[in-house]
Amino acid sequence: MFLLLNTGMMGVFVALDFFLFYIFWELMLLPMYFLIGIWGGPRREYAAIKFFLYTLLGSIFILLVMIGLYFSSMETLADGTRVFTFNLLELMNHANYTETGILSPLNPNNLRFIAYIGLFIGFAIKIPMFPFHTWLPDAHVEAPTAISVILAGVLLKMGTYGILRISYPVFPELTYQLSWYIALFGMINIIYGALAAMAQKDFKKLIAYSSVSHMGFVMLGMSALNTMGISGAILQMFNHGTITAMLFLIVGVIYDRAHTRDLDSFGGLGKQMPIYTGFVTIAFFAAIGLPGLSGFISEALVFLGGFGNGTTRILTVISTLGILLGAAYMLWTLQRVYLGSLNEKWKDLTDLTTREYFMLVPLTIIVIYLGVNPSPMLNLMNASANAMVKFISDAQGIYSSLNAF
Amino acid sequence: MTENSIINISLAILFLPLLGFAVTLLLGKKIKSIYLFEVFLISIVLIASIVLAFNKLSYFIDDKIVSELEWFRLSDSLVIKLGFLLDNITVLMLFVVALISALVHYFSIAYMKGDERYNRYFAYLGIFTFSMNGIVLTNNILMMYIFWELVGLSSYLLIGFWFEKKSAADAGKKAFLVNRIGDIGMFAGILILFLTYNTFSFDTIFQAIGTGKLPFNSDFWLSVTGILLFMGAIGKSAQFPLHVWLPDAMEGPTPVSALIHAATMVAAGVYLTIRIFGLLTADAMMFIAVIGMLSAFIPATIALTQNDIKKVLAYSTVSQLGYMVMALGVGAYKFAFFHLVTHAFFKACLFLGSGSVIHAMHHEQDIRNMGGLKKKLPLTYATFLISSLAISGIPLTSGFLSKDGILASTFAFGSLTGYWIFAVVGFLVALMTAFYMFRLIIITFHGEPRDHHKFEHAHESPFVMAMPLAVLATLSIFIFYTPNPFSADQGWFLTKWINAPELHAPNATRFDFMQSEVDKETEQVAEHNSIHGEITYSEKYTEAMHSAHYPAMFLSLFVAVLGIFTAFVFYQWKKVDVDKLANSIKPLYNFSLNKWYFDELYHKTFVAGLLGLSKIIYWFDATIVDGIVNGSAEVTRRIAFFTGGFDKYVVDGLVNLMAYITGFIGLIFRRVQTGKVQTYIVLVIFSLIILLFLF
Repeated sequence: MFLLLNTGMMGVFVALDFFLFYIFWELMLLPMYFLIGIWGGPRREYAAIKFFLYTLLGSIFILLVMIGLYFSSMETLADGTRVFTFNLLELMNHANYTETGILSPLNPNNLRFIAYIGLFIGFAIKIPMFPFHTWLPDAHVEAPTAISVILAGVLLKMGTYGILRISYPVFPELTYQLSWYIALFGMINIIYGALAAMAQKDFKKLIAYSSVSHMGFVMLGMSALNTMGISGAILQMFNHGTITAMLFLIVGVIYDRAHTRDLDSFGGLGKQMPIYTGFVTIAFFAAIGLPGLSGFISEALVFLGGFGNGTTRILTVISTLGILLGAAYMLWTLQRVYLGSLNEKWKDLTDLTTREYFMLVPLTIIVIYLGVNPSPMLNLMNASANAMVKFISDAQGIYSSLNAF
Repeated sequence: MTENSIINISLAILFLPLLGFAVTLLLGKKIKSIYLFEVFLISIVLIASIVLAFNKLSYFIDDKIVSELEWFRLSDSLVIKLGFLLDNITVLMLFVVALISALVHYFSIAYMKGDERYNRYFAYLGIFTFSMNGIVLTNNILMMYIFWELVGLSSYLLIGFWFEKKSAADAGKKAFLVNRIGDIGMFAGILILFLTYNTFSFDTIFQAIGTGKLPFNSDFWLSVTGILLFMGAIGKSAQFPLHVWLPDAMEGPTPVSALIHAATMVAAGVYLTIRIFGLLTADAMMFIAVIGMLSAFIPATIALTQNDIKKVLAYSTVSQLGYMVMALGVGAYKFAFFHLVTHAFFKACLFLGSGSVIHAMHHEQDIRNMGGLKKKLPLTYATFLISSLAISGIPLTSGFLSKDGILASTFAFGSLTGYWIFAVVGFLVALMTAFYMFRLIIITFHGEPRDHHKFEHAHESPFVMAMPLAVLATLSIFIFYTPNPFSADQGWFLTKWINAPELHAPNATRFDFMQSEVDKETEQVAEHNSIHGEITYSEKYTEAMHSAHYPAMFLSLFVAVLGIFTAFVFYQWKKVDVDKLANSIKPLYNFSLNKWYFDELYHKTFVAGLLGLSKIIYWFDATIVDGIVNGSAEVTRRIAFFTGGFDKYVVDGLVNLMAYITGFIGLIFRRVQTGKVQTYIVLVIFSLIILLFLF
């Protein structure tokens, strides 16, 4: 199951063909359904079905847009014949569209706007973006630790990846026009997710909502449409992957031992499990965006980018409140679970095992290393981020001249 | 010594404590005495900082040494850099940090003895020193923000060092969160700066401002930027209205209070304001002055009635920081930094002295249980007394010089602008300071012991604790700063060591007295002047300062003596019944005792509001948003149920009906097909007859 899931995920990230992308996108759903549904917690069936159906709903939108695009564009084969295409690179070029296709920019009565919204909702469910996020806490709470890690660490990124890979290049003119709304939802995600996290009593649900909040940063960064914003968003996708993976592992460690995730039933674990608490502190502060750890760089870039774009400036300023709220719920959790006097019930808990070291140490090293020296990651993505920015700003001129026809 | 070696020494000063942190933390469990490694490293840092300061002040006294390196790049035009900026203020500040940090390390060896997380404590001190040095050394605002947050982290870790105590864990959290509020403002300021100037470097920004490039092309936004950046200082330096975290931070070990919450970290806010002084406009400075004034006044009134020895000192710290901030607001740049340095020494001495008392009294902090300790702790008493004289502003001490300078500046500011309020409050606070400090001394050290049991067991601290006290008390004497005990104006500290501030904000937006005379003649000269950022205080200001000097000196001396005298009347000679007096002004007394009810106010409004909001949001999430999802699932199921019924009864019913009808017809006609020949013949004949009749 797990391997099948991996195939799906890899497939999605490497596909350059919309059809292939869709196949892998769907392929990944099924194993996830069983992984949650069979090995999950008490309400696993509800969570699994909710996850499956919700994502499938999104898939329908994606499917529709995909078919629409297919019948609106042509590519030239090696032998000179022109056929309909799913190739994303071809779809990026406005010249490849037919004049009558319903999603063709050349067609004055095209439905690109509706298609964009549909596609966006399809991806937004996966991110998950407010108000489509409610499957996430349920899925996380019920899923076993390993699956939560994958779910948060990788699956959520497919939503934002999809937007960057498909929505942005194929619909650059609409992306530009709608960037304020993307930023708005990013901001809502940040603030709303943080506030919802603050109200949680279940450790895992809290982390799940913090995910919602952190994915908001990705959206905010993407909406800025400048180098800093997009680089920040991509980096944040990666960093969120590592940091949230750590957070879920941390919850898993404690759940394995105590068989409860009720935040209020703990206290003082810092004394009982000092090494574990050390890792917890690093992960929590990384999530808060403490400089020196990877989360800071991406958040700072997102804010700098968002502020640099006049359209998203005000929303970015409001979003900075997120760093305060984030610190508030994280530190509060740290205090409730790890500080204070030890609850007698837990005095038999043992510190980390070797297996757990193997999971946490590499992640910790990545988090610290990228916090101090983000260049290796940034150098990899700079070319694409700059190309994306240039493509979208160039496209404005081209598409507005098309509409003048 | 070359510039390169100066940079290398600074690198060592910055990174050695980090090394100490890593080694001490990782090996702390295995090697019991690993803390000595950290202590050793900090001693090297101290020596290095002395060497650095000596060289800088002897050979490069007028130079600004800058060194930058690339951190990461996003495109060829977007390169983020890190860098050092070494001017005289930097090296002096480094020396202050390194010295106090080293002394606190020594002091802690005895003070923390026997703690179960002994090594970890030293590791935390290491990361604090690293982050603080980072703030001091940086040449750009982003790097300052980075270390700013790291300092916040180390403060969090050290305040909550005894995290088993709920109050300590709470205090750490509160400190971090309150600081973050200020940091958001600071970060917004950074965003504006980067948007406008595409760089984080102070120098580049200042130069750009000098050429007339302003955020959003307006003076107003320049003021706003200055105020936003200053918000960081409000948080870190515990200025009103974010001062509430500092008194709670006293939950940390006392040497930590001395290092972080008295001498260095809380001064970082003042240091930040000094760094951005060049871009402050008159409006921004007015804002800063008012904040500083309130922060000097309110905590001073609170300190009058507190009974916890550390709380008194904490409020006094906020109050003194308020002085520095106010000084910056009224343009007394040099005196602000001067007071920062002198305050760092005498306040660290006071805190370590209180640590010595607490240590001797077996962790008793309530001064009402002390008394008569003079005999038991002679050295602690002597150093505490010298520092108290310094903070009260008695001649021959460093505090007199710096505080007098600030008061004179507020005086001059009043005569130049007509805002006398700063001077009035300044002297009032000086009066209160002298009073509460000597109230503290008299109750703690004089008179008869109140708790005899603890008194009998009290003992003078060991050498490692006494030595830092002696060093710091010595540094509270005037001779280190100026040869003249009554005025620092001609001393080397103010004339040679500290350069005049560089002003870059457009001439018209500055206070009158900070615009240079030449500037008004031609715009050209104004541009020229602000690019080079030389001294731009006017003649008028120098005159005003000069004429303010003597009145301010005598007045400040008078209020200091008056404050001390009153304290003696009240507590030593007991000429006035203090309890009776407190009772007669009960509401005021309680107001001060309860710290103006700030904590309660914030708790009821912000904290409760936020938690309430989060509950509402979660309810909304679980009920409405998720309700819609589950609702739509429910609706789909209902529709499915209905469709199912329709399918079963209508669609399938129709099919079945057809079958039924067919069957029914068959049932009728089946009767015809009897298989009997007779019946068929009858039917044939019958049919034939009908046919015949018809045709």
